[in-house]
Amino acid sequence: MSTLVVQGLRKSFGGVRAVSDVSFHVAPGEMLALIGPNGAGKSTCFNMVGGQLPPDAGTVLLEGRPITGLSPRAIAHRGVGRTFQITATFGSMTVRENVQMALLAHRREIWQFWRPVAGRHADKADALLDQVGLAAQADRATSVLAYGDLKRLELAIALGNGPRLLLMDEPTAGMAPAERVALMQLTRRLATERGMAVLFTEHDMDVVFDVSDRILVLNRGQLMAEGNGASIRANPAVREVYLGSGATSGGH
Amino acid sequence: MPMTRRLVLGASGLLAMPRLLHAQSGSSPIRIGEINSYTSNPAFTLPYRNAMQLAVEQLNAEGGVLGRPLELITRDDAGRPQDAVRLAGELVNDQKVDVLAGAYLSNVGLALGEYAAQNRKLYVGGEPLTDAMVWEKGNRYTFRLRPSTYMQAAILAEEAAKLPAKRWVTVAPNYEFGQSAVKWFRQLLTARRPDVQFVGEQWPALGRVDAGATVQALEQLKPDAIFNVLFGPDLTNFVRQGNTRGLFEKRAVASLLTGEPEYLDPLGDEAPEGWIVTGYPGEDIALPAHKAYAAAYRARFNAKPMCGSLVGYSLIRSIAAGIARARSVETEAMVEGFRGVTFDTPVGPASYRALDQQGTLGVFVGRTALKGNAGVMQDWRYIPGEALLPEEAVVRSLRPASAS
Amino acid sequence: MEIVIPQLLTGLAGASSLFLIASGLTIIFGVTRIVNFSHGSLMMLGAYIGWSILTRLPRDPEWFVLGVLAAALATAAIGVVLEITVLRRVYRAPELFQLLATFGVVLVLQDVTLWLWGAVELPLPRPRWLRGFVEIAGSRLPLYDLILIGIGPLVLGLLWLALHRTRWGTLVRAATLDRGMVAALGVDQRLLFTSVFALGAGLAGLGGALSLPNSSANLGIDLSVITDAFVVVVVGGLGSLTGAFVASLLIGVLQAFGIMLLPKITLVLVFLVMAVVLVFRPNGLLGRPQAEAREAALPAPVVRAAPRELRLLGLAVLLLAAAAPFLAGDYALSVLTDACVAILFAVSLHFMMGPGGMASFGHAAWFGIGAYAAGLLLHWLGTPMPFGLLAAPLAGGLFAALFGWFVVRLSGVYLSMLTLAFAQITWAISFQWVEVTAGDNGLLGVWPPEWARSPRVYYWLALGLAAGVALLLRRVLYAPYGYALRAARDSSPRAQSIGLDVPRLRMVALVIAGASCGLGGALFSYAKGGVFPTYISIAHSVEALLMVLLGGLQTMAGPIVGALIYTGLADLLVRSTDLWRLVLGAVIVVLVIAFPEGIAGAVRRLWLRGREA
Repeated sequence: MSTLVVQGLRKSFGGVRAVSDVSFHVAPGEMLALIGPNGAGKSTCFNMVGGQLPPDAGTVLLEGRPITGLSPRAIAHRGVGRTFQITATFGSMTVRENVQMALLAHRREIWQFWRPVAGRHADKADALLDQVGLAAQADRATSVLAYGDLKRLELAIALGNGPRLLLMDEPTAGMAPAERVALMQLTRRLATERGMAVLFTEHDMDVVFDVSDRILVLNRGQLMAEGNGASIRANPAVREVYLGSGATSGGH
Repeated sequence: MPMTRRLVLGASGLLAMPRLLHAQSGSSPIRIGEINSYTSNPAFTLPYRNAMQLAVEQLNAEGGVLGRPLELITRDDAGRPQDAVRLAGELVNDQKVDVLAGAYLSNVGLALGEYAAQNRKLYVGGEPLTDAMVWEKGNRYTFRLRPSTYMQAAILAEEAAKLPAKRWVTVAPNYEFGQSAVKWFRQLLTARRPDVQFVGEQWPALGRVDAGATVQALEQLKPDAIFNVLFGPDLTNFVRQGNTRGLFEKRAVASLLTGEPEYLDPLGDEAPEGWIVTGYPGEDIALPAHKAYAAAYRARFNAKPMCGSLVGYSLIRSIAAGIARARSVETEAMVEGFRGVTFDTPVGPASYRALDQQGTLGVFVGRTALKGNAGVMQDWRYIPGEALLPEEAVVRSLRPASAS
Repeated sequence: MEIVIPQLLTGLAGASSLFLIASGLTIIFGVTRIVNFSHGSLMMLGAYIGWSILTRLPRDPEWFVLGVLAAALATAAIGVVLEITVLRRVYRAPELFQLLATFGVVLVLQDVTLWLWGAVELPLPRPRWLRGFVEIAGSRLPLYDLILIGIGPLVLGLLWLALHRTRWGTLVRAATLDRGMVAALGVDQRLLFTSVFALGAGLAGLGGALSLPNSSANLGIDLSVITDAFVVVVVGGLGSLTGAFVASLLIGVLQAFGIMLLPKITLVLVFLVMAVVLVFRPNGLLGRPQAEAREAALPAPVVRAAPRELRLLGLAVLLLAAAAPFLAGDYALSVLTDACVAILFAVSLHFMMGPGGMASFGHAAWFGIGAYAAGLLLHWLGTPMPFGLLAAPLAGGLFAALFGWFVVRLSGVYLSMLTLAFAQITWAISFQWVEVTAGDNGLLGVWPPEWARSPRVYYWLALGLAAGVALLLRRVLYAPYGYALRAARDSSPRAQSIGLDVPRLRMVALVIAGASCGLGGALFSYAKGGVFPTYISIAHSVEALLMVLLGGLQTMAGPIVGALIYTGLADLLVRSTDLWRLVLGAVIVVLVIAFPEGIAGAVRRLWLRGREA
């Protein structure tokens, strides 16, 4: 069964169709890239799956159960993790505490007012930090982290939720090319190990072709192509859109 | 040179360091701890403090009380009863004062009275007007000098009853003083004149009257007469809008406190004419005692005595007389000494009634007029306080038994 | 019509006066993000300066205009001095510290004005032309009111031209939308801020001088004006000039008709309007959502458990405090009792404001609700103190939940202003519901029972409760809930994406803060023997902010340090000088400039220097 099934998703803003009748699915362990020129509806699509925006029509199924229009919080509880285009971590906490926070939330241990957080799920948190390569930074403040490390931390926080689906909005934006590949290969490995479905948007075509299993191309709110790297590369309509809009590999 | 005069006034009020009023003589002084709204109501309290200072100096020059000099310690309550209570504790416990005095605001007076009863200390309120201070919330340890809201409203109701006016409206600041004044005025006027109707009321927030809208709303009601309780900047705004909009033309106005120079002077040449007011005619009072007092005040502070000055001066005089009569500064003895004590004020003798510990300092009532470019009180008379208070049985029923 | 038209025109004149004040405030806020508490003081200065100038000029209209403009320019110049000497130094500090600095300025200017112009109100003698009137619909309308009606739109028009037809205006509008953009454009930001502040101050001065024909220059202007101005700016939408104009019209006209229908509504009308508008439009009538960028630009430092040495110091202080009755006199004990109440007041505000990220401008509301819960129970049912102390936090928490339902949906200054509106509504109820609350005379006779009456016992009780609550709140902040609350503040989207219920987290923070604060209110009432509406005053709410910010938002010890310093300082100053407002205000300004992260924050930084990578 697919982890995520999206059917006939639709959204308009003040009469302008941002997304019309988009359908796709992601299988466990699969990495699906959502690409398209600026304004194609990628973020809108993404935010409807993540719960940040309610769709006008269509359904979103997570492991067969509908999550359409639920709040981000409810969607998170059903096993969806996500990272943000602009990094969002908890600045007043250490790197380890950021991950502890996610673990506590996942285990629904938030409404406890007495036992201190210190030390709770610390082993698990350290293990996650180790997986993303941040073990050495565990006690530092997030404000002093390098940008790439912040992105890794976001990944670790998202993993703390034990997600079956991971949503990544522009995960490599603002990173150096070498770092991009490293981060996405890490994600690729985690997806495979955990059987976790990954849906991501990305501007960097090298990254997209490198790690994705399948690619969806959106244009003006509509799905214009779907397939593996080779078929997308060969698709004349996609080439048309991308060459026409001037956006190519490396741009963001 | 109004600017210069005011500069001097303001500066002298501020720079007068009240804690330095030590007397010269050797014996330990009798300490009066006084708390008032010096920063939040300086227009009233600074002349008031000046006069207290004058009275202390005069009394000490006369040899003090019980052979001991008086010492005055003042504190600023910033207009907050909770601060007044804290400072009362400081004055009693740290400064070891013998008597507490002061307050401008009614709630500060009530809070100090409550503190006095709880801690068995004598408290003499000068200015607070609320009736509750000696009646519903009265207690054994609290005395009050000034004529209360009831007394002020009573004399205006008496004068208003003589007018042909039947349709009255009221305008008063939206707090206890305004509410009590309107309540008593309505009650007392209706008792004398059952044919009178109150057809409307306005309750602007204290210090922030929307004068134009208030005047317009009153004007729409086409009343025969207006009862006003606004004072200070509110009164200035109200009078200006009323003058321009013709609210006061061919209408009688009875107005509480408007004859006090604190409130009448700022109106300048726009001071209304013919309003029935309570107040203080100041240097028009020809009594020798008052002339001497006013001259001494002028000589000392280079300013004319205000109504607040009269209150401050009389307050100190009354405390001195009470202590002299008690022959002690022990609280219980003082309570007995103050009850029924008679003291001299610049406007004549007064006393603290044994019945309810209310002072009988009287009320000046008269009509406003323009003299030159300034408002004055005309055709005024002085009504001693005892003539304005309700019957003994009524007072007894109002005052808690524990207050005896 | 005979009733409606004159009242409407009168309301419009009032609206113009409101707009003059609010326009300056909203422009300053839009560009500098400063909540300028001293704006009312600038208007007051405008009125006094206007009086000093106009009483020296001939009384003809043309001289009046010149005099008013001169007063506006002089006030603008004062604004420039203020901006350069004080505000410029605190732009980098967190937003609320600037509010604190401007509040210090308010205190200083109160005493300076008193010293320069004296205590007596100063009305401008009105020449004949200012007393003129026009007969409309059977009523006389002052000519000057009609002039005012015209001045509002005229000023709006001139400001619109300045903002849309000049390069300076373009920069101002750009800065209102996004401050970073201006820096990117290579504009001298300091010059822009100074000029904007001067314009705002000049408008305040203009408003002050133009108020003279109707009302005197007096010492109450500053505080009576500033709340109204805030309300107009918030109702209109922060930074929106047109919004401020619309809000002025709304409030001016509602006021004029409101007092005809409900004469006693004067105390709350503007706050009711603000509350209703904010409930339905969380960003005011014409406001845009505030950018969250600023929050991200200033990350809160990592909260770490206090080092061992500091904890030992805390323990030593607590032991010393417990021994105080053997060392200090009765008065000192009563001040220390007040300090314990202040600690409850401050730590409860800190709880929702620091970790919770919700700055309340109306914290005194819950203090007052707790006080009235205890006072009313005693007064009406004879409930003894222990139950009063139990009921107070319950009542505080309950009302916090009630208000919270509206409050947690908002953010930033809007949230703060809604708490202010609720506090004012609570104040008005306590003030006006005389039959139940005894109005402004207050509830008297609220004393502790015999066993707790000695200052010593009562102090220990207060110390025990204050220390207990402070430690409890600290414990909660180190527990998962406290972390989650901070997570919600640090990044709301991230918190939601890991499954945190952000509104509920904030709501519970409000309830905890309200309950702790309510306990403080009851404790205070039994110490003072009464409950008064002044407990709920704006000034009291500001005191809570002062304590928290002076101490520092980012440490748990901050509010405690702030409460102790503020209580001690205020008591000392009030007893030693008539000029205590001047000194206190100056001290606040200096502290804000010297310690933009609060006193405890500064100590912490010095302590950690070199210890943290």
